Amino acid sequence: MSILIGKNTRVMTQGITGKTGAFHTRLCRDYANGKACFVAGVNPSKAGENFEGIPIYGTVRDAKEQTGATVSVIYVPPPFAASAIDEAVDADLDLVICITEGVPVRDMIATRNRMRGKKTVLVGPNCPGVITPDEIKIGIMPGHIHKKGRIGVVSRSGTLTYEAVGQLMDLDLGQSTCVGIGGDPVNGLKHVDVMRLFNDDPQTDAVIMVGEIGGDDEETCARWIKAYMKKPVVGFIAGVTAPPGKRMGHAGAIISGGKGTANEKLAVMEECGIKVTRNPAEMATLLKSVL
Amino acid sequence: MNVHEYQGKEILRKFGVATPRGVPCFSVAEADSAARELGGKVWVVKAQIHAGGRGKGGGVKVAKSPQEVHDFASKILGMTLITHQTGPAGRLVKRLLVEEGADIRKELYVGMVVDRATQRVTLMASSEGGMEIEEVAAHHPEKIHKVAIDPEAGLTDAQADDVARKIGVPEASVAQARKFMHGLYRAFVECDASLAEINPLIITGGGDVLALDAKLNFDSNALFRHPEIVAMRDLDEEDPAEVEASKFDLSYISLGGNIGCLVNGAGLAMATMDTIKLFGAEPANFLDVGGGATTQKVTEAFKLMLKNPAVKGILVNIFGGIMRCDTIAEGVIAAAKEVKLSVPLVVRMKGTNEELGRKALKDSGLPIISADNMADAAQKIVAAVSGQGRPS
Repeated sequence: MSILIGKNTRVMTQGITGKTGAFHTRLCRDYANGKACFVAGVNPSKAGENFEGIPIYGTVRDAKEQTGATVSVIYVPPPFAASAIDEAVDADLDLVICITEGVPVRDMIATRNRMRGKKTVLVGPNCPGVITPDEIKIGIMPGHIHKKGRIGVVSRSGTLTYEAVGQLMDLDLGQSTCVGIGGDPVNGLKHVDVMRLFNDDPQTDAVIMVGEIGGDDEETCARWIKAYMKKPVVGFIAGVTAPPGKRMGHAGAIISGGKGTANEKLAVMEECGIKVTRNPAEMATLLKSVL
Repeated sequence: MNVHEYQGKEILRKFGVATPRGVPCFSVAEADSAARELGGKVWVVKAQIHAGGRGKGGGVKVAKSPQEVHDFASKILGMTLITHQTGPAGRLVKRLLVEEGADIRKELYVGMVVDRATQRVTLMASSEGGMEIEEVAAHHPEKIHKVAIDPEAGLTDAQADDVARKIGVPEASVAQARKFMHGLYRAFVECDASLAEINPLIITGGGDVLALDAKLNFDSNALFRHPEIVAMRDLDEEDPAEVEASKFDLSYISLGGNIGCLVNGAGLAMATMDTIKLFGAEPANFLDVGGGATTQKVTEAFKLMLKNPAVKGILVNIFGGIMRCDTIAEGVIAAAKEVKLSVPLVVRMKGTNEELGRKALKDSGLPIISADNMADAAQKIVAAVSGQGRPS
């Protein structure tokens, strides 16, 4: 079944009554199997009410016990997002996808520390979410640009992921699962974690890995690919033209102390046998060439 | 967000980090009275700008008399200071810090950053104070000591003492160094810093441990809980275009080229800049209009790009997802009309309703060049700009 999520996943929305949460829960419910998948909302002050027929519970634990949901998606505002993750982790959910952009790094350091030894997997924050096309979408990506297939996509950026998907669709290549891991410096799943899942997924034949400047997650992933990956991977890194010391939109997209440049990442990926392109319009054609 | 050295030291002192005594000054007269107030025989006059390398650029002077303080202050205030971090245009000095002179026995380095790999605050320390830490890292990595700090336990005494000894703090000053590092860590965490650099940290002749310089950087996502730090923001130190952009919730960064770009999403915006470069030109800016590329935002974005006289052409690259391409096209058309666009404009739209979007652009009667994909768009704008001939 693809990775992370599928048509049998049951999801609760934390922050279902906010503007963003309401809007995107509606779109997710209307996508593929969404009606069966989106079973609960959480809002401590609105327990017992419902959102367009989706029951609202006061706590994550209640929502889990009452509906069997094991996955949560978070749209709560930045000052409260980390404690929303904490609550989901304390309720032993399998997966938490935090869409919220602008979560303070200090909060995420504390949250990630609390998560040590816990079973919950985190995607994000500041991410578009995860989609297994024609089964379920959890997040803010446009569902209809995707279709079911055998290519995995992992990326730190939202629209650049859609770009990769759009290119795949032009070549009639569907996707197994697309994972937006988010652009923050302290977050949940990294490229390498998602790559491991794709490697083990019988539904995935090849992977597009989209990275950007900052940190060394792409390098870590590239070295892992060289050692363990059984499937072809192609890559692109955004930010060859980014000057050092300037934050390029995402909190994590910054070249600091001369580290984290796009060229450095591309060089390591090439050394590890990954086909890379410097032309982002060619991500899908490059992938097709390795199938 | 950055603050000045004197502001950083003000914050650090609240957390028990020792610094030399000093007074921020906005005029020569204030510098004169600062020298009198501080007393002593030696003063340091330091230019306050948000950039490193001030000493080499002539922005830091040691004065041996109140007259010298006066002379240096007159010289530095109002000078355009050029350092390796300011770029060739330099930065106009409007503020000074006048400090008591320190008796320096040893110069060390202590810094803190958020390490992405360990997801912890990491203390970095080195015996090589006063040098660029990047240089030390490149040539003597063994001289940099790192400690990942457990967010629950905080920096322990044992960790602090160990680091202090490794970087050569004399035994008699270890206790002071420990207090210093504890204070620095508390300031870092409680103020939501993303970077703290004390370079140099000094040991004085009397064995005191002082922050001779201080560079603090704060997590902009956390500023909502620190109005006292927001109040320290100095707009003179920021690019006016970037300040203007932030008013409209646009993420904008000025770059050196001549092709303006307007994109939705940070990753796609960087990729668009890269494609322009790939086809032989340079982007004039990074500009992310965000998810909701509304007519108003697109119009403000056009105005912002066109304020830059270097811009000779504009590339719009939008992936229409939830926001449909035809809606975005209307926004681009309205914006182009409102600003009376006089430079070539290439628009590439992909995603929801892209045909409708393209049709709207075509029917607008505006000289908008449509492109199929990112590479096509970049080639078209590069060609259009180079075909313009020499700008007058």
